[in-house]
Amino acid sequence: MSSLILVVSAILVIFMIVGAVVTIHARDLLVAIIASAIVDLVLAVLFYILQAPDVAITQASIMGGLTTAIFLVVIKKTERYEQ
Amino acid sequence: MIKKAFALLLVIIIGIFLSATFARIPFGEPKTVVGKYYLDHGVKDLGGVNIVTSIVVLYRGFDTLGEVTVLFLAATGLGMVLAGLREKDEKKRKKTPPSLIMRTETKLLFPMTILFGAYIFIHGHLTPGGGFPGGVVIASAFLLMFLSHKKWEAKEKYTKVTEALAGMTYVVIGLIGLYVAGSFLENFLPKGVPGNLFSAGIIPLIYTAIGFKVGSELTGLLQNLRETTE
Repeated sequence: MSSLILVVSAILVIFMIVGAVVTIHARDLLVAIIASAIVDLVLAVLFYILQAPDVAITQASIMGGLTTAIFLVVIKKTERYEQ
Repeated sequence: MIKKAFALLLVIIIGIFLSATFARIPFGEPKTVVGKYYLDHGVKDLGGVNIVTSIVVLYRGFDTLGEVTVLFLAATGLGMVLAGLREKDEKKRKKTPPSLIMRTETKLLFPMTILFGAYIFIHGHLTPGGGFPGGVVIASAFLLMFLSHKKWEAKEKYTKVTEALAGMTYVVIGLIGLYVAGSFLENFLPKGVPGNLFSAGIIPLIYTAIGFKVGSELTGLLQNLRETTE
């Protein structure tokens, strides 16, 4: 693995960690959902860098797309802010 | 305070053990015998260019059947949980009409997204992808329509029938393999030339069935969620 790819993946991992922390601590659940979607999409890019395009496609479509949409529907039906 | 310190200590201990373990595992090197076998013999044995698909559908076909069953059970369970909360009367649902841009755009995007999903699962043995992502892409096309057209809906009987037929197709293909070739989910069709669309035996058939099944299942799930009351 060349050093450029290593640097890029390190930046992506930092993005993921920030997204995960935001997901845990956000009071506004919409923010939390968007942050977790960012974690999932960055994870898809990382899978692609690790030469697993099949997993990347599945990750991006299921976790980044459909799960986020289902969470959005659920908070629309319930409450947006955590007590 | 003591609790927090204890938790921190626990995390540090787990971290030390994990890093010590993972430092010993070589990264990115083909170590296992079975993985090497798949890479060396996969294309010749089964005729599918995409080794991942060959493993998922043929070498590990029974696992995939279980996976599909788990997804089916999850969708059915959610449907059962939501059944009591269903709002049958459409007028009671809140209706704020989406903008004209959204409505016009999704009408154009809907067939193209369906086409792309079908492309993903039909070319599962040639390019990355397969039945599961293809089905999810199809479900997301339906999701777009749900978001933009409040009256438009996927009838439950159609999604259920499609799902049942696709699931039965999968099992029937497996049983034909049992009858013709001697074991469940065995490849009984000619392998063809690797790289062609009509190659790799039963992989395209099974992935088409999985694509239909996952797509209709998730569409039904989204429809269930949409009909739920606030």
